[in-house]
Amino acid sequence: MSGHISPIREPLITGAKTYHQITEDICGPTERTPSFAWMIAFILAVTGLAFYVFCVTWTIWVGIGSWNLNRTINWGWDITNFVWWVGIGHAGTLISAILLLFRQKWRTGVNRAAEAMTIFAVICAGQFPLIHMGRLWLGFFIFPYPNTRGPLWVNFNSPLLWDVFAISTYFTVSLLFWYTGLVPDFATVRDRASGFRRKMYNFLAFGWTGSAKHWQRWESLSLILAGLSTPLVLSVHTIVSFDFATSVIPGWHTTIFPPYFVAGAIFSGFAMVQTLMIITRKVLNLQDYITLEHIDSMNKVILATGNIVGVAYLTELFTSWYSGYIYEQFAFYNRLMGPYYWSYIGMMACNVISPQIFWSKKLRKNISITFAMSIFINIGMWFERFVIISTTLARDYLPSSWSYYSATWVEVGLFIGTLGLFSTCFLAFTRLAPVVAIAEIKSILKNAGDQYVGMKNAQKHHAHESVGTDGIADAH
Amino acid sequence: MTRSPNKDVLFGLYDDETKILGAVNQARAAHLDIYDVFTPFPVHGMEDAMGFTESRIHQAGFVYGLIGTLTAFLGMTWVFTSDWPIIFGGKPYWSVPAFIPVTFELTVLFASIGMVVTFYTICGMGPGILNPTLHDRITDDKFCLAFDVTDVSEDEKSKFKAFLQASGAEEIDQKHI
Repeated sequence: MSGHISPIREPLITGAKTYHQITEDICGPTERTPSFAWMIAFILAVTGLAFYVFCVTWTIWVGIGSWNLNRTINWGWDITNFVWWVGIGHAGTLISAILLLFRQKWRTGVNRAAEAMTIFAVICAGQFPLIHMGRLWLGFFIFPYPNTRGPLWVNFNSPLLWDVFAISTYFTVSLLFWYTGLVPDFATVRDRASGFRRKMYNFLAFGWTGSAKHWQRWESLSLILAGLSTPLVLSVHTIVSFDFATSVIPGWHTTIFPPYFVAGAIFSGFAMVQTLMIITRKVLNLQDYITLEHIDSMNKVILATGNIVGVAYLTELFTSWYSGYIYEQFAFYNRLMGPYYWSYIGMMACNVISPQIFWSKKLRKNISITFAMSIFINIGMWFERFVIISTTLARDYLPSSWSYYSATWVEVGLFIGTLGLFSTCFLAFTRLAPVVAIAEIKSILKNAGDQYVGMKNAQKHHAHESVGTDGIADAH
Repeated sequence: MTRSPNKDVLFGLYDDETKILGAVNQARAAHLDIYDVFTPFPVHGMEDAMGFTESRIHQAGFVYGLIGTLTAFLGMTWVFTSDWPIIFGGKPYWSVPAFIPVTFELTVLFASIGMVVTFYTICGMGPGILNPTLHDRITDDKFCLAFDVTDVSEDEKSKFKAFLQASGAEEIDQKHI
């Protein structure tokens, strides 16, 4: 059954696992009593979530005036957070869809958790435009539906409406894709459970039996959903960038925005996957499934997309200078030298300069460095959106309306609150569902398990590689 | 809700996918009527061994996608040319390029939802549905080959049993599902 294995491939599953051992390892965390560390983390996350609810209530009670937005800067932290979260939500579908089409086997170790991250990140993203509306309870006005006011329809020519369709479609399709992948694994958990848990997973597993015909349809469905999700994931951030690019604000009105936003989204999404996976693999003891090889692969994606983003930053600067259009030139002068110069520096340092260390294979495989870098990139990508949104708005055509903006505690609280919302969802997920796709890992075992790859590589590498990948993992 | 096919099933459990693939090939060569094969993960080559035709779920997906495309495009056309025409930013009522993003999104949305619903329907699965399983290890590490022995003579049954033994099943059992 084991097909051709390239001799330069490193194993993706270490520890000479059997099928049963894989089941034990991955189902284990859903069956054990939660660890003390998990409980502390969950309490913190729920506290953050409670603070979020408080800040939303405060915003509705006091009104949108509890934020520091003004007539010049009418998009601030809220839209920055929205774009940041949507960007993070891009890695999951990229890993599960595009890497499936490219037949990248390393995706199987991380796709489940990355897709979960996508869904939770999109939930967080969706909060901000809704809260920003001011009257949250009228949020359904954004959907076209027959109504008694005409019927008065939404404006289908508006990029903000395209965004509604893009994000809601993305959320729905990601959820369906993720859940369809989960069904066979829920069945695995179900067949090991008893009592109440058996009932719960009976429901969640949808009556999966593992029949050969079902597997055939399941694989066919996964492939088509991947094919559909691939243009979808690229379209979502393209459409988010249209929110800016179709306006006539200097600094926003640029055709480079769609590819630049998509690359940035993948960049930040992978950074968040790294942040989560480095913690998860340690806490849930999944180092054999999420190996240094996975981390190395993701760091390569980070390096590539980080450089695309870097080139886009420089292209923007060059184009504004070369355009000879003074408003455009001023917009970029203002980003570098204006009142928010520090956010531009933060963006450049975190997104362009620091990822360059990943040219070194040694640093790509270093857990602590990768973790620190993933945090840097998360911060840098937040700055990027802040630079694009608030810095640009702060200095518009009329110097008389120039303004400065800094967030109130409510706006900061909403951001921290969504981190709580996100963590609550993710922590609950690690307890309820298998964090690694069990069936998919089993199906690559004979191609990527170390005992099988090892057989072919043994004679070649034995001499000079007595310290395997595990040795490096433990060292950090 | 338990969906029982009301059958007596004789089944053997194998511990490796190569063994069950071999067994399926042998069973088909010997013209034994296989009830079903249950595996913990999709086994490559099983479709061919079982003689399945290609799944047509993607053809259904195309139709659903087309419905989405038409719903979105014709819907927006109707709204902006006949139901409530408004000029936005000096653009024509029927501004086709601006309709593309929503049309694309609804195509993907309809195709995905349609295919997923179709998948669960034709597989007889869904929230709250329970299909009886033969053995708890099938979703773990055992590969199961099953024969339908409802209303089958003892003679026939022992033939199935002998086949399972000969093809390397490590556990053989009968169950009413």
